[in-house]
Amino acid sequence: MLQRRIWGTVLVAAALAAPYAVYPVFLMKALCFGLFAVAFNLLLGYTGLLSFGHAAFFGFAAYVTGHAMKEWGATPELGILAGVAVAAAMGLVFGVLAIRRLGIYFAMVTLALAQMVYFFCVQAPFTHGEDGIQAIPRGKLFGLLPLDDMYVLYYVVLAVFGIGVWIVWRAIHSPFGQVLAAIRENEPRAISLGYRTERFKLAAFVLSATLAGLAGSVKTLVFQLASLTDVQWHTSGEVVLMTLLGGMGTALGPVVGAFVVTTIENYLADIGAWVTIIQGVIFVLVVTLFRRGIVGEALAFIERSRRR
Amino acid sequence: MTDDWIIQTQDLTKEFKGFFAVREVGLKVRRGTIHALIGPNGAGKTTCFNLITKFLQPSKGRILYNGRDITRADPASVARAGMVRSFQISAVFPHMTVLENIRVALQRGLGTSFHFWRSDQSLDVLNGRARELAAAVGIADFVETPAVELSYGRKRALEIATTLALEPEMLLLDEPMAGMGREDIDRIARLIREVAKGRTVLMVEHNLAVVADLSDTITVLARGQILAEGDYHSVSRDPQVIEAYMGTAHG
Repeated sequence: MLQRRIWGTVLVAAALAAPYAVYPVFLMKALCFGLFAVAFNLLLGYTGLLSFGHAAFFGFAAYVTGHAMKEWGATPELGILAGVAVAAAMGLVFGVLAIRRLGIYFAMVTLALAQMVYFFCVQAPFTHGEDGIQAIPRGKLFGLLPLDDMYVLYYVVLAVFGIGVWIVWRAIHSPFGQVLAAIRENEPRAISLGYRTERFKLAAFVLSATLAGLAGSVKTLVFQLASLTDVQWHTSGEVVLMTLLGGMGTALGPVVGAFVVTTIENYLADIGAWVTIIQGVIFVLVVTLFRRGIVGEALAFIERSRRR
Repeated sequence: MTDDWIIQTQDLTKEFKGFFAVREVGLKVRRGTIHALIGPNGAGKTTCFNLITKFLQPSKGRILYNGRDITRADPASVARAGMVRSFQISAVFPHMTVLENIRVALQRGLGTSFHFWRSDQSLDVLNGRARELAAAVGIADFVETPAVELSYGRKRALEIATTLALEPEMLLLDEPMAGMGREDIDRIARLIREVAKGRTVLMVEHNLAVVADLSDTITVLARGQILAEGDYHSVSRDPQVIEAYMGTAHG
């Protein structure tokens, strides 16, 4: 317990000091994808549902926030709120349509719906097609915090990340989380105990989509850009990779995965197409050799050495 | 009087692409009894069971529970109405502890199961009742053990404790003794007799001998239809039953 508290303090201290050591925009990008992966993990790791369409929530929320702030002059908090609300509504629609399907069919329905969102974004005028929404003004959060200041922006992003991760952690360790665990472990048994499991899965799906939207909205603020990349299926695949690489079903795994993948993309960007190949190789290695992911394997190692 | 029968099926039929797994079964289960549904492999016992608990939709026929038509109800509502089933493969939540397993069943009563903003410590008020239930089935010493590490017989006991947590009016047990040694069979048989007090039990079994002194009524199914019904004495002497059983590899 004490050890855990020490580790927690070290992590928070590192997060607070980080922008003075590392390029803040890189950190913020990693935090946004970290939150995205944590939201995704609520479904994959804790509910047992593989969604292959999460880019739709992430990317479309980014568009909504960008449009609201640039065209309507919305303040950052309202822009984020709009993005999150739209993502939640989309999550409800996707969820209602997909949740009755199981396994691969569930993944396929979410993918199909996300592709529809993608093609809508390609065609709709407000997204500006290939150009995306550019030069989105950041404004002042609550009329006070100037987000154009890199350090202010970093701490705001860090705070949003913290809140998002806390919400997921709370949900997992709640009465609701207990039922989700039961559903993941043995769904027919959960039904036979009188739980309408589809409603619980739907609630988890909406919660996950909402937080994915939050991650997308905040990312718009960081890059001042909302583009087709964010709604593309490739982004849906990337969040799966991050979660598996870090360790699904572990609290911190997706964050670690997001940092590793973002690092690879940022620092190896010069080698172009090779990044995708390296990602592919990593993915194969993880699913064949390190099933539990980085954090999962580390926890298992600690557990083993403790038992000895 | 309909009240005497807790379960009634009329004309119950399940067809899988031309194959009748269950055909026109009219089963009646009397309140407060232990009723066994037996038959050789492939007789349609489990299908019949899944139909009654609504895990399968019948092709034809009606199911009445306490005189109420539940033919189109969903399985969760049937469970909420007090009819709780077990499964052939012992159905526990493997990576949750014994205490957590039982608590998941109890927590529905709190009405906070959708509260994702509340700490799971709010469930600790149920721990006392969960421990009582664990003690009632003889697994009090294992409350902190993950269910996956329990022996087969204890998993079954845990399953029964979890089922009892719902205080069901009626228990449906799907082959509760399947794959068990003699010792475990006796223990579970004692447990079933214990929990049947004040309840109705419908159990599916493969083995006639196992249910001999446990059940009040035995219904024998063969090829999806009712072959015979009565107490062990009359059923075990029925020439049709003997033939059905001799016809299989079963000894």
